[in-house]
Amino acid sequence: MLSSSTVSQHTTAGVREITLGQAIREALAEEMRRDPRVFIMGEDVAEAGTPFKVLSGLVEEFGTSRVIDTPISEAGIAGLGVGGAMTGMRPIVDIMFGDFIGLAMDQIVNQAAKVHYMSGGKLKVPLVVRTTMGATRRTAAQHSQSLQAWVSHVPGLKVVLPSTPYDAKGLLKTAIRDDNPVIFFEGKMMYQLKGLVPDTDYTIPFGVADIKRPGVDITIVATSSMVQIALAAAELLEKLEISAEIVDPRTTFPLDKDTLIASAKKTSRAIVIDEGYERYGVTAELASVIAEGAFYYLDAPVKRMGAMDVPVPFSPVLEDLTVPTAASVVEVAKTLCGRV
Amino acid sequence: MSQTESPKATATNKDEEQARWLAMYEQMLTIRHFEEHVNQLYMTARMPGLAHLYSGEEAIAVGVCAALRRDDYITSTHRGHGHCLAKGARVDRMFAELLGKEAGYCRGKGGSMHIADQDTGNLGANAIVGGSAGIATGAAMSIKMRGSDQVAVCFFGDGALGQGVLYEVMNMAALWKFPIIYVCENNEYNEYTHYRETTAGDLSARSAAFGVPCETVDGQDIRAVYDTAQRLVARARQGEGPAFMLCNTYRYYGHHVGDIQRAYYRSKEEEERWKTQRDPIQLLADWLVEQGMTDHTLFERIEQKVQAEVEAGEQFALNAPFPDPGEVEEDVYA
Repeated sequence: MLSSSTVSQHTTAGVREITLGQAIREALAEEMRRDPRVFIMGEDVAEAGTPFKVLSGLVEEFGTSRVIDTPISEAGIAGLGVGGAMTGMRPIVDIMFGDFIGLAMDQIVNQAAKVHYMSGGKLKVPLVVRTTMGATRRTAAQHSQSLQAWVSHVPGLKVVLPSTPYDAKGLLKTAIRDDNPVIFFEGKMMYQLKGLVPDTDYTIPFGVADIKRPGVDITIVATSSMVQIALAAAELLEKLEISAEIVDPRTTFPLDKDTLIASAKKTSRAIVIDEGYERYGVTAELASVIAEGAFYYLDAPVKRMGAMDVPVPFSPVLEDLTVPTAASVVEVAKTLCGRV
Repeated sequence: MSQTESPKATATNKDEEQARWLAMYEQMLTIRHFEEHVNQLYMTARMPGLAHLYSGEEAIAVGVCAALRRDDYITSTHRGHGHCLAKGARVDRMFAELLGKEAGYCRGKGGSMHIADQDTGNLGANAIVGGSAGIATGAAMSIKMRGSDQVAVCFFGDGALGQGVLYEVMNMAALWKFPIIYVCENNEYNEYTHYRETTAGDLSARSAAFGVPCETVDGQDIRAVYDTAQRLVARARQGEGPAFMLCNTYRYYGHHVGDIQRAYYRSKEEEERWKTQRDPIQLLADWLVEQGMTDHTLFERIEQKVQAEVEAGEQFALNAPFPDPGEVEEDVYA
């Protein structure tokens, strides 16, 4: 899916349909060719190309000095990333599963996020931490969480949640060129998602939401994996003559509050969806932004939809209950529109 | 000494040696006076927050940093004033940072536990115990990737031996031969608890397990510290990889300035013994006299110079303006 804001810019030659995983790899390769300070380190990133095969081929082009297999030491490699970034390199640290950022949390939260401020603006940490999120892969409670709320909470970090191959490439390039620590969450169930992506160099600015589908009756703000769910729900809602506008913030920080509020003012109803746990989650912040900014325009309370507040279960029958689906979004949308 | 060396050259070497040791003496004395003033500022309620004084441990920071170049990196700890000064920080801007003033090294945003000074290669003191091990090792990785001949030094205390991240990064430093020296300042106490109650086994065996050579040093003897540091730094600079320096030392004050009643964890006699018999400044002074490198007048002159510098620095900081409130949201992002 090519996002609406970009169709006009890139309808010429060089636009192909590739997967989200290929878009990530292409962004990394182009940035590594552009800037010799950029390198990748993580567990099984070189010959293995990660368990998701997202990095396949990079070590062949850039060698093991720039695509570095590390020990299984998330705290250590995140720490090396911080120190390397402070002293002239632009490291990309691969944390295989988002669940493992718990191991690296001190380095991300107390070191990377604080260095620039604590030093009075003298030191910088141009670090990218790439990691994954998302359930329904049948990998249970320690390989399925979507923990973007944890890092979105911390001043000093920027947090990116691409939902399409086009966005993934443009946002990752922006992340690599940013002088701040950026946490980049890839939906692991979306690596095979296909979309139109230019083979040329382009970036997407942080803090600019994208209207993935225009509508007039209800706003559905969705992040990452939930954008696809929201788009599927919008198709179903159209048959019920409910026109849903799908807004993708793309970055939880910086957050494009204006676009969220403007959409909610236009439609008077809003659902916010993120695959993280619902309680104290990204959806709480998004709902609060809309409730404060569009209060007098709303015909119904803003409705949050996140993962159920349980550890992600293994059994497929149980796991599928824990994340929002197109059907569950349709039900909530109908309720908000007074159609039940 | 080469056989062809002239008597004049020998005299010059002797002069250089004297100048070097006197500079280290002055540096240690500066740190000692600085910390005494910090303690007074705290006791008289003119300094906000906490301070963890370095008094008693001066020979380590000064001896190690004397073996470094200005563009070499260090990372420091919550007990970091000595490291910062030894790496070249100015007394007045140090005081200003401790008092939360705009003229401080971090414009008042870091304070005692977070002083960083890019110009002297100081990548920052760190208030998480063991927290800078990753940064220092990452800096060493960056040195190697950039093809530079700099060296990184990671200062930490015995308490950091309980932190897993230290071992994670030491493993990688050994694997990839990073130019880094891990300097453990064992002052015997993890805050208020003797390290033997918290630390199993042989301290020097830890780095040895990674194939990182460990040298155990009397941390009160600056000549031993300097000689060892010089050797290990030269080794790292030549690409021979990381090393571990285990420096045995003692902290004269409590864990922090407010830790005054210490009898429940250590005796006054123990403290007195270190101060009277193992003081690093006195030990160097005794040796300098013994070598005929100095005399009473010279000591007096250094003392006066240091006192004047520290007093002027403190006054500068006390009179300096606080940051503008508008700066609170500055520098969150680059």
